[in-house]
Amino acid sequence: MKRLLSAALLGLTLSLGAQAAIDTYEFNDEAARARYRTLTEELRCPKCQNQNIADSDAPIAMDLRREIHRMLGEGKSDEEIVDFLVARYGDFVRYNPPVNARTWLLWYGPWVLLATGLGVLTLIVLRRRRPSASGPGTDLSAEERARLDQLLKSSVHKNSADKSPTDHPKADQ
Amino acid sequence: MKRAILLLPLVGFLVLAGFLYKGLFLDPRDIGSTMIGKPLPEFALPSLENPTRNLSAADFKGKPALVNVWATWCPTCRAEHAMLNQLASQGVVVYGVNYKDNGDAARKWLNDLGNPYRLNVEDPQGSLGINLGVYGAPETFLIDKDGVIRHKYVGAIDERVWREQLAPLYQELVDAR
Repeated sequence: MKRLLSAALLGLTLSLGAQAAIDTYEFNDEAARARYRTLTEELRCPKCQNQNIADSDAPIAMDLRREIHRMLGEGKSDEEIVDFLVARYGDFVRYNPPVNARTWLLWYGPWVLLATGLGVLTLIVLRRRRPSASGPGTDLSAEERARLDQLLKSSVHKNSADKSPTDHPKADQ
Repeated sequence: MKRAILLLPLVGFLVLAGFLYKGLFLDPRDIGSTMIGKPLPEFALPSLENPTRNLSAADFKGKPALVNVWATWCPTCRAEHAMLNQLASQGVVVYGVNYKDNGDAARKWLNDLGNPYRLNVEDPQGSLGINLGVYGAPETFLIDKDGVIRHKYVGAIDERVWREQLAPLYQELVDAR
């Protein structure tokens, strides 16, 4: 048990170490450090496309971290820094893309799909419910109804006529 | 109406299949470029061949040209080099940006493999690279005679890429002069 626990702890620390590329940057204050962290986590590495630039070891990610650190030191706002990168690498570098004509599908597509799904579901539920609400047999023609009545009557007669002593109801159908 | 609803899953499938089919032919590395239609960014960096001389964006103007971002640490660049030599011998103007590289290694490379570049600018920090929106090597920009970027190609230029993508655009720029 103890061994298992220490193994688990070791595994945990290993994964912590692997989480971020290591740079040694100095910041003026803690706020700048926090902004640096948020920015590098929200910006996407153009080279290794499924990593943010905080995690990536690609040379370009290293350069971009350096640029971001430099711009933070120059007192640029978060917006200016993101704009700087978008101007060079396009909206692609944002993990939090802006809403515009090109990203409408991305932002609203899921909602459209959800609405469609709910619509279909509602339709199905309503359809299932309708026959029971309006009662059975509504879609019989007058002729069919007459025949049904006749059949029911004759089966009732039959049942009472040959009621067997064993008490088993014979006419199930 | 009932029939139409039965067709819904088929329509959904076709839409999805359409997107996936298109996805088959998309290159995820191609993230486009925001630089198309913009002039080359300004820079003041040393020439690779003659480090005491500083080059600027103005030095790349005058003729339609390819601006090739390369480095000796990039194996794809080695594969591309012969094609650049061939293009240069055909009279295509090629400028080089030696990207985040060691100057001595780069000069040796040009000595050994031939030099297709009219001019080569040394960009050891990758600062020009960032301003160009470069994220790897090789990348090649097609610029017109005024130094405006017209096209970007990511990856090695080979016979087919040149013939199908770059040559027609280059020819158009040459003819427009």
